[in-house]
Amino acid sequence: MKQIAVTVNGTRHEAEVEPRQLLVYFLREQLRLTGTNVGCDTSSCGSCTVLLDGESVKSCTLLAVQADGHEVTTIEGLADGDTYHPMQQAFHEHHALQCGFCTPGMVLAAVSYLKENPKPTEAEVRLALEGNLCRCTGYHNIVKAILAASGAEA
Amino acid sequence: MTAVGQSVLRKEDAKLLTGQGTYVDNLHPAGTVFVSIVRSPYAHARINGIDVSAAAAADGVVGVYTGADLESLWSGGLPCFWPVSDDIKLVKHLPLATDRARYAGDGVAVVVAETRVAAKDAAELVQVDYEPIPSVTDVEAAVADGAPLVHDDAPGNQAYTWELVTGDVDKVFADAAVTVKERYRQQRLIPTAMEPRGVLCEVNAAGDVTVITSTQGPHIMRTAYTLVLGIPEAKIRVIAPDVGGGFGSKLDVYAEDMIVIGLARKLGRPVKWTEERSEANVATIHGRDVIQEIELAATAEGKITGVRTRLRAAMGAYLQAVTPGVPLLGAWLYAGCYDVQAYDFHCTGVFTNTTPTDAYRGAGRPEATYAIERAIGALARQVGKSAVEIRRLNFIDSFPADIASGLQIDSGDYHAALDKGLEVLGYDAVLAEQADRRAANDRKQLGIGFSTYVEMCGLAPSRILGALRYGAGGWESLSVRVLPTGTVQVMSGTTPHGQGHATTFSQIVADRLGVEVSDVEFLSGDTAVVPTGMDTYGSRSLPVGGVALYHASEKVVAKAREIAAHQLEVAADDLDYEAGRFSVKGSPDKGMHVKEAAYVAWTAHNLPDGMEPGLEATYVYDPPNFSWPSGCHIAVVEVDTETGDVQLARYVAVDDIGNVINPMIVDGQVHGGIAQGVAQALWEEAVYDEDGNLLTGSLLNYLVPSAAELPSYELDRTVTPSPTNPLGVKGVGETGTIASTPAVVNAVLDALEPFGVTDIDMPTSPERVWRAIQEAKR
Repeated sequence: MKQIAVTVNGTRHEAEVEPRQLLVYFLREQLRLTGTNVGCDTSSCGSCTVLLDGESVKSCTLLAVQADGHEVTTIEGLADGDTYHPMQQAFHEHHALQCGFCTPGMVLAAVSYLKENPKPTEAEVRLALEGNLCRCTGYHNIVKAILAASGAEA
Repeated sequence: MTAVGQSVLRKEDAKLLTGQGTYVDNLHPAGTVFVSIVRSPYAHARINGIDVSAAAAADGVVGVYTGADLESLWSGGLPCFWPVSDDIKLVKHLPLATDRARYAGDGVAVVVAETRVAAKDAAELVQVDYEPIPSVTDVEAAVADGAPLVHDDAPGNQAYTWELVTGDVDKVFADAAVTVKERYRQQRLIPTAMEPRGVLCEVNAAGDVTVITSTQGPHIMRTAYTLVLGIPEAKIRVIAPDVGGGFGSKLDVYAEDMIVIGLARKLGRPVKWTEERSEANVATIHGRDVIQEIELAATAEGKITGVRTRLRAAMGAYLQAVTPGVPLLGAWLYAGCYDVQAYDFHCTGVFTNTTPTDAYRGAGRPEATYAIERAIGALARQVGKSAVEIRRLNFIDSFPADIASGLQIDSGDYHAALDKGLEVLGYDAVLAEQADRRAANDRKQLGIGFSTYVEMCGLAPSRILGALRYGAGGWESLSVRVLPTGTVQVMSGTTPHGQGHATTFSQIVADRLGVEVSDVEFLSGDTAVVPTGMDTYGSRSLPVGGVALYHASEKVVAKAREIAAHQLEVAADDLDYEAGRFSVKGSPDKGMHVKEAAYVAWTAHNLPDGMEPGLEATYVYDPPNFSWPSGCHIAVVEVDTETGDVQLARYVAVDDIGNVINPMIVDGQVHGGIAQGVAQALWEEAVYDEDGNLLTGSLLNYLVPSAAELPSYELDRTVTPSPTNPLGVKGVGETGTIASTPAVVNAVLDALEPFGVTDIDMPTSPERVWRAIQEAKR
């Protein structure tokens, strides 16, 4: 077992983890932050996307020990109290979620992407989302929501 | 302003956007143990022995059980609810195989451990002595002479035969000036709801069983658990919490539910199983996998007179809940939206050593629509008409329409949808660009593909289901309760897994009772809260459940009227009703709101003689007909004729789903449906190798599209309200998937027309497109 200290959504957590423990299972099973979902076992779907030091990462591609000393933001930590993050608000207003399972990862991937490219084109948004799969929405409204959140024209 | 017809934002979103979803794997009752299932790596193998000793001795292991160890838990095998014919082979399907594994993924043993990881580690230590035997995974190879038998008691691997014949088909074909005969392959698909399945079971000291499972059908599951496990149905509570998509795949009755429930009862601890994605690809049902032959008889100008269809449909290794019935759901639709006189449909169900198939979004109707929409293209080529001309010539154009296959289409206007589709597309401009590229011999050629479809959904009139030997009814039960302080509960027998029931149903009841959408609480997915229901599949929630809700609301209004009349001391007929308020005719300031009537009904201090206290009503609605959405979908593709790459450039969808309750939600359903249908046309295919290994066992090799592969869609609507229900609504959950696949493949073929390519298999991968071009050039 390894001792790690990870700051998740502003709270510092010290924990013992198996070296093989993936970050996503550390979040889900040890911290009981179950907003981060597991949709595959090949790092293909992006359901488990979180922010690591502000940048999106699939939390199934990272060991918990690699997050030692870092800051993680999960979907539970995105809103400001009762006020949605603008990306959450945009997803709500544009009906960018149906079953909601891909949504936490999709929202966080989008938040990270807009920091990188604040005024993307539709084509750029689509390419940026390549690593996040959704089976419900056909992506139409997700793309619309992200463009709306960016302030760019849909 | 009425709520119906407005794009009311979803009530469902808040918890899903903030990580508060209750998907099964998020739930961790104290003391939960975890299950990992040992699955056959062979497509077909005798199980000569299983050594569990190493696994049983591993750290954290609670128990290891083989199929034989648990056989006494099942009072029967997994059920097939749809024995479609007299000749059907209802083969035994145990939750864990005992003597023979029949597909790669068939469960043979189970490990229970204190943690997820310990269970998974120990599963690796189970030693199974398999003796591989010959297998067959291809539906046509399975019916060939000498093919290995999946079940010894199903000769020729034939599961059943079923036919539907009307009119003098032979004469129509003999008299036809033109006939076309086509053969299509509906590849096998993997549904891939983003949330893999999961099930969690707790049993209390009294033996009450609570099952939390990622299902589309908590009520169906409750009955199935009784059938398989012999637990009295009244002792079982099934909860479908937030469910992360289904698309038919979570309607099924699965082995893992039985294993988890059986073990929870045996061990007296909460037991949980969470599917992994690569496990899902073998353990959750697949879709399609049908070989279709379709023949059209027509006049010289291209008027279709008869349709003859022959299907060979893969069942997989076992018959799941409705596996045999899936082709029947399309059996009436092989003439599409075209007027024909004679109709002949014949289907053979075939066992193969593969994951069982079952209902996947559209279920039977995408297959039928694909066949007729491609065949009419072949006919158009033969008689020298355009895709638009051939359709206009053949459209059914008077409604209600008694169709040759024997049912009645409720309403529609197929010409109007086509007109609108062409307008949204700007057909002439696209045709001109296509002509330019052809003239210039451009490397990237444009193709325009049409799909004018009609489908039947809103499953289903119970009498018809009975005639088809389906094992249940098609009704739905909805209850409305107005609480003393005026807020409203809706108890829905149909339960959502992403469709937005809570919002849509709230809109319906808000208008009927004159309350705010936010005043309505939607309850579903828990058999303790909503004991009766037929659940969610076949685009039925609105046209069956929503209509039941309408009627239940009307019953509430009728009772409230009696209460109001009593309180206001007038006859019930002397009250007007608008927006929740009864008012005395001629004295509109004298009145009472439904909310006030609810308080009166609750106190029961002064009710009419003999009236039951309380203001609530249940309505069980059995639809008199299916609902028949229709429309025109048009795909524009750009094909790189050097690499074979296909890009979907534009997608236009004009759908007629009758009246619309929430346009935003409806559009979302269409978007998602289109993406899934396009994916069948262009990318997705479950592939087995010759030994029966699934080569597309994960999301690395089963190509679910991302946003990068798809365009935004251009949607529009025509509206012909369904005359069969008071809301005038039709189902919308599957239209996109049903319509889009042939639109895209027709577009690919249209792009390749200059090369003389007239046929291509799905998915139209770069390799297939490139080969088609090369072969045509030879």
